Amino acid sequence: MRPLLQLWLVAGLTFAGIVHSQAIEPLPFKNHAEEVRFQHLTGQLRCLVCQNESLADSNAELARDLRLDVFQQMQHGKSDAQIKQYLVARYSDFVLYDPPLKPDTWLLWFGPLLILFGGAVVVAIAIRKRNRDGVSVAAPPTDNGDDW
Amino acid sequence: MSRLLPFFGFMLLAGLFGFGIWWNTQHDPREVPSPLINKPAPAFNLPRLDDPTQTVSKASLLGKPYLLNVFASWCIACAEEHPTLMAEGSQLGILLLGYDYKDAPDDAKNWLREHGNPYGEVITDRSGRTAIDFGVYGAPESFLIDAKGVIRYKHIGPLTPEVIAKKLQPAIAALKKETP
Repeated sequence: MRPLLQLWLVAGLTFAGIVHSQAIEPLPFKNHAEEVRFQHLTGQLRCLVCQNESLADSNAELARDLRLDVFQQMQHGKSDAQIKQYLVARYSDFVLYDPPLKPDTWLLWFGPLLILFGGAVVVAIAIRKRNRDGVSVAAPPTDNGDDW
Repeated sequence: MSRLLPFFGFMLLAGLFGFGIWWNTQHDPREVPSPLINKPAPAFNLPRLDDPTQTVSKASLLGKPYLLNVFASWCIACAEEHPTLMAEGSQLGILLLGYDYKDAPDDAKNWLREHGNPYGEVITDRSGRTAIDFGVYGAPESFLIDAKGVIRYKHIGPLTPEVIAKKLQPAIAALKKETP
């Protein structure tokens, strides 16, 4: 009796899993590699409706349409770059989680370096000033401790 | 002087935060700027809501500017926008083309019967496929398309009397000037 029950339980759970995954995404992938490529690509694209989710994760209606669109373009032999270009032409760079490097985004990419460089300059000036004032950086603090 | 440095640092940061807050009151950070402005509108050929056997295409609308307004009966913000379109739609001086987005035709018809129909013509995109070409990601959205079929202005979200007066009317006036 018990082994039979366990068998039914396992079978039921397995079946439930299949039904569940199909209810979410009934895309007929040709093989596993294609599915991996699809998941990877949609994971890099932003859902326009709920903007903190990728196309792969989002449950929004538009995300479902766009996933289908991406899938169909894959079936037509489009490359990942072509599909991204297609979406960027409609929804701007905003659909890409990884913004491209171009003059418009230089500040975004190199801004942190700029700030780091600015900080380095401030530190260098401060050290030079201290040295000129005759206070060695390595020397034990001689002030009364209320300096910042 | 060096004692005041933290104070200046604090003021700098406070100023930056203040600017951020001010910026966010002026701009919707969720708004996706359309890359299609000043580019030809995508070609479309969609059935009319009142008579699905008839279609309206981009080509058939060439020659006159029009405002394409994306709406749906399920869209709450559209109901918010609707009274403005009812009041001011006919005063725009151009065709107001309703674009029924991912909607059942009967629902749309009932909705227009209930709230009134401000549109000169309504087309339906039940699958939402053509809307992807327009870069639509929600409703309502409005596209001002000129006589040559080029998208000149896009507004995301409900049209308000303020948006119409400050943005849309000047854009339409500019179109009228260049196409006699």
